[in-house]
Amino acid sequence: MSGPAPARRLLVPLGVLVLLLAAPPFVSSYVLTLLTQSVIYAIVAMSLDLLLGYLGLASLGHAAYMGVGAYSVGILATRHGAGFGTILAVGVVLALALAAVFGLLALRATGVYFLMITLALGMVGWGLAYRWNSLTGGDNGISGVPRPALPLPWSLGEALPFYYFALAGFLLSLGVLWVIVHSPFGKSLVGIRESETRMRTLGYHVWLHKYVGFVIAGGVAGAGGVLWAYYNGFVSPADLELGTSVEVLLMVALGGRGTLLGPALGAGIIVLLKNLVSVYTHRWLLILGAAYIGTIVYAPEGIVGAVRRLAEGPAPAPARPEA
Amino acid sequence: MDFWISQVFNGVSYGALLFLLAGGLTLIFGMMHIVNMTHGSYFLLGGYVGLTVIWKTGSFPLAILVAAVAIAVLGVVQWRLFLHRLAGEELGQVLTTVGFALIFQDLALVIWGGEPYTIPAPAALTGAFNAGALYFPVYRVFMIGVAAVVALILWFVLERTRVGAMMRATVDDAEMAGGVGIDVRRISMSVFALGALLAAGAGVVAGAFVGVYPGADFEILPYAFVVVIVGGMGSLRGALIGSLLVGLLDNFGKALFPEFSYFTLFAPMAVILAVRPTGLFGRA
Repeated sequence: MSGPAPARRLLVPLGVLVLLLAAPPFVSSYVLTLLTQSVIYAIVAMSLDLLLGYLGLASLGHAAYMGVGAYSVGILATRHGAGFGTILAVGVVLALALAAVFGLLALRATGVYFLMITLALGMVGWGLAYRWNSLTGGDNGISGVPRPALPLPWSLGEALPFYYFALAGFLLSLGVLWVIVHSPFGKSLVGIRESETRMRTLGYHVWLHKYVGFVIAGGVAGAGGVLWAYYNGFVSPADLELGTSVEVLLMVALGGRGTLLGPALGAGIIVLLKNLVSVYTHRWLLILGAAYIGTIVYAPEGIVGAVRRLAEGPAPAPARPEA
Repeated sequence: MDFWISQVFNGVSYGALLFLLAGGLTLIFGMMHIVNMTHGSYFLLGGYVGLTVIWKTGSFPLAILVAAVAIAVLGVVQWRLFLHRLAGEELGQVLTTVGFALIFQDLALVIWGGEPYTIPAPAALTGAFNAGALYFPVYRVFMIGVAAVVALILWFVLERTRVGAMMRATVDDAEMAGGVGIDVRRISMSVFALGALLAAGAGVVAGAFVGVYPGADFEILPYAFVVVIVGGMGSLRGALIGSLLVGLLDNFGKALFPEFSYFTLFAPMAVILAVRPTGLFGRA
């Protein structure tokens, strides 16, 4: 891909990173909660971008992996007093395992059929959280999740240290995903998105590559779910709702699929929008609905995609899921 | 034995309700390949419009009629303005139609408030048939009857009329259908209207059964999709069998394995889809 010098391209993300690092001590506690929610949702949105942007697979069940991470925290932290390291490991491994099972089923289909299988699988996750009372607390969820107690000079019970903790999680996930999408494996995913037949002819094991991408996306979303549960102090079936999966899809589409940082930006915008609009009006569903429609009508390639197109002139066609 | 009979009856009557919703959705899906997440909203808004008509006139049949026509018009407007442009873009369809669903949800909240309501059923449809220790509520029998009549009408229109033949041709291959002179656009629009109409009617029928309440739209939507996909997109027979299957699985799951009731519904569906991605009666 030809574009402006890498240095110029990094200018904006680096500026945002400096702001994310330097500004929080000076913002109000309300803004801080929004920033914390944003960076956590950004992890989940970036993980979905691996599927949607790089593999061209639109999933309607991504909340399931986030939910597995969240419920790992809820159950292990409140009932078994497990520490952060254990819980993170369990949450991510369970999310990977769930994605490994779901992937076997879902990757048999593409396009609309993939959407629908992932919808059914997502509902399986939600149904278990909602009904399996003895394990999940059912509709009431699990409350009273303590913040992680780590040997740090700052207590993660405080808003500011927890924000930096979540930010570290975000940067780590970004790093992992960045390495993956820029590796030969990541390039093979884009190749598969563009033409499965061509990649197969070139000797790639197409299914295996898709499967590995699918499982990794689930694992990263699980890590996001772990942070989300610690942040909220509470997990409930709402974390696994169809609406949550769709919202993450919107974040990816709004920010710009196939760009990693775009979906992170999309996550921030949606979190801000949901919270700020509800301060001023009860009609926030209306605004959110308009955001969904507006994204598709005015920014089908997403914000980052549109900005890149403006900056670079005619660019390669934006990522589109296979029809 | 009584337990099984009454559970089968409950499952079938719920399946009947699902068929009203899924019958139109499967045609929309099969013909236009549009993933319409607003379909649950037609169901919800239909229920609310029916409620208002009942309050004003007290007539149950009029409630069904007005709700069905009003929501069909709404669906056509939505399709004309937005959806027909998004052919082949699943992600765009999902996000746009979810956007509409949220907007409709909010409008319903503004107009009808957040209280749950029940549509009063006509006196003739209340009560129950008794058979020994078993009893069958008349209203559930009515739902099964409505679904059977709708299924018969749809089957007749699709299989025995000229318009139906055009619709089937459009489902099979829209391009070829256009090539032989069928006005695919108009056919598509009629089918979209028909789907919205049936969903709204189902909303009124359901309003006297489970009530009309905020959130009913997204609650029923996954069921309708699962029915359509398992049965096979565009297949009426598939939607019928899928509805019964989902109604029965849902009912027995809730009765026998309360903690795993949704699991026993959606997991088998996912497996069926994985084995036969095009559904039981679908064609690729």
